[in-house]
Amino acid sequence: MNLAVELPGLHLKNPIMPASGCFGFGREYSDFYDLGKLGAVIMKAATGNERFGNHTPRVAETASGMLNAIGLQNPGVEKIIETEVPFLANYDIPIIANIAGSTIEEYEEVAAAFNQTDDVYALELNISCPNVKKGGIQFGTDPDMAANVTKKVKQVSNLPVYVKLSPNVSDIVVMAKAVKAAGADGLSMINTLSGMKIDVAKKRPLLANQTGGLSGPAIKPIAIRMIYEVKQQVSIPIIGMGGISNVEDVLEFLLAGASAVAVGTANFQNPFICPEIMDELPMVLRNYGFHSLQNVIEKGAQIV
Amino acid sequence: MRKEVMYIQSSLPIARNTIEMVLKNYYISQTAIPGQFLHLFIDGLSLRRPISIADVDREKETVTILFKKEGTGTKRLAMYQEGMTLDVLGPNGNGFKLDKECSRILLVGGGIGVPPLYYLGKTLAKQDMKIISLLGFQSAEYVFYREKFQALGETWMVTNDGSYGEKGFVTDVLDKIEDVDRYYSCGPMPMLQAVTKKLEHKQGYVSLEERMGCGIGACLACVIPRTNDRGYYKICKDGPVFRAKEVAL
Repeated sequence: MNLAVELPGLHLKNPIMPASGCFGFGREYSDFYDLGKLGAVIMKAATGNERFGNHTPRVAETASGMLNAIGLQNPGVEKIIETEVPFLANYDIPIIANIAGSTIEEYEEVAAAFNQTDDVYALELNISCPNVKKGGIQFGTDPDMAANVTKKVKQVSNLPVYVKLSPNVSDIVVMAKAVKAAGADGLSMINTLSGMKIDVAKKRPLLANQTGGLSGPAIKPIAIRMIYEVKQQVSIPIIGMGGISNVEDVLEFLLAGASAVAVGTANFQNPFICPEIMDELPMVLRNYGFHSLQNVIEKGAQIV
Repeated sequence: MRKEVMYIQSSLPIARNTIEMVLKNYYISQTAIPGQFLHLFIDGLSLRRPISIADVDREKETVTILFKKEGTGTKRLAMYQEGMTLDVLGPNGNGFKLDKECSRILLVGGGIGVPPLYYLGKTLAKQDMKIISLLGFQSAEYVFYREKFQALGETWMVTNDGSYGEKGFVTDVLDKIEDVDRYYSCGPMPMLQAVTKKLEHKQGYVSLEERMGCGIGACLACVIPRTNDRGYYKICKDGPVFRAKEVAL
């Protein structure tokens, strides 16, 4: 069964990758399995300088999901290029760098920094992190700002750019059209939804950041709907994500219009979830009458 | 650390809202050291739950955990019965550092922070160290493992309401205890802050707890600020045990 997918800048031997922020830089998961089995890996967000993130508690469990407010903790782009990219380059997988910033200049600086290395194949432009005070979601909810940051990043980077869209908007198609017009090569959909949990005993918000990003199976129907809507009107490839936890979920995302998928929160519950889904994928595709992965993607593009 | 299936050999209440669960598994029972924890999957919940290891029997191939029925996870875990299995990542984290040159050890535990100190105390007692235990609970009905700690050595008990042992907090009793070479502490954050302040002239170790995502060091949910350096340690991977002076509690 051919599971390969071709996307701008990315030859994926299978469509499964871990989502940014849920996999660190892969080191911890490399203790469990050969990362070379993955279709690609999307690294944790890189910012210009080291970021220390938010105070704890940073996670909370919710019905069929979780809230997180890590706050983009990372060692900074230079350190990532120096130590994390070479580690991942030991494996036969395309590396996608997720980039974030507080200003457009920071996005440009981080994007340009990845030109130094031949081991990063694409950028995922994070304009949708709901857990930082400056940057992040403020770029991801205004179509003009989203387009502007996309355009600026495209100007300085020699890599394909996948823009990670926020679901915290009233019309995601408007956002998708804006970033496509600005030169986006693809889309990542969706980031977390802004949410909140109150600690009833303490009578105050549970997360130190007060609000956090909701992920997990709870947001899957929203991701499916948004990918479907965007696919009908915007013609660039979509990497789908949002609550994927089994192989049937993967098929649902591909039929909604995604060409590949990223698995996030489910890694926390089961560190083997990505290779398990990969192993099951050929048989499940056959059971549903597909003869290749491309066949599912084509079917997805025709669904109305 | 591996992903393993553990068989529940017994699950019994041993104090108010407190369950002792004995789990059988070869790999984890042979490799776990004091201070490490298990990351348990509980049906229907999104996130695993970290529970400290209270005891290990390498011959019987068992690992004992204790937990308090407080939140959704521990309440559901308490419903698991003998004969059922648990999906576990473990043993996770780094354990207590055993300083072999010491001879007198103080264990200071509060509530559900007491369990990891038992496996530690048992291990140190086998190395002929003198163990003094200072254990704090809310009230008499929450007290557990008194006899087990007494078997290791001198044991002081404290309850907030005075219904068992001394009245007050563990820090109220610290001055009455003879000098020791090292201390090891686990319990609620205010207790750890008070204990480390009171014993700041001593070398000691603290075992920390925080809400976790992955439990293996990837998600950066459970962090604690470092004292000397800027930045954080990961509690799940760099800890849960730290030298008292290296973390800003």
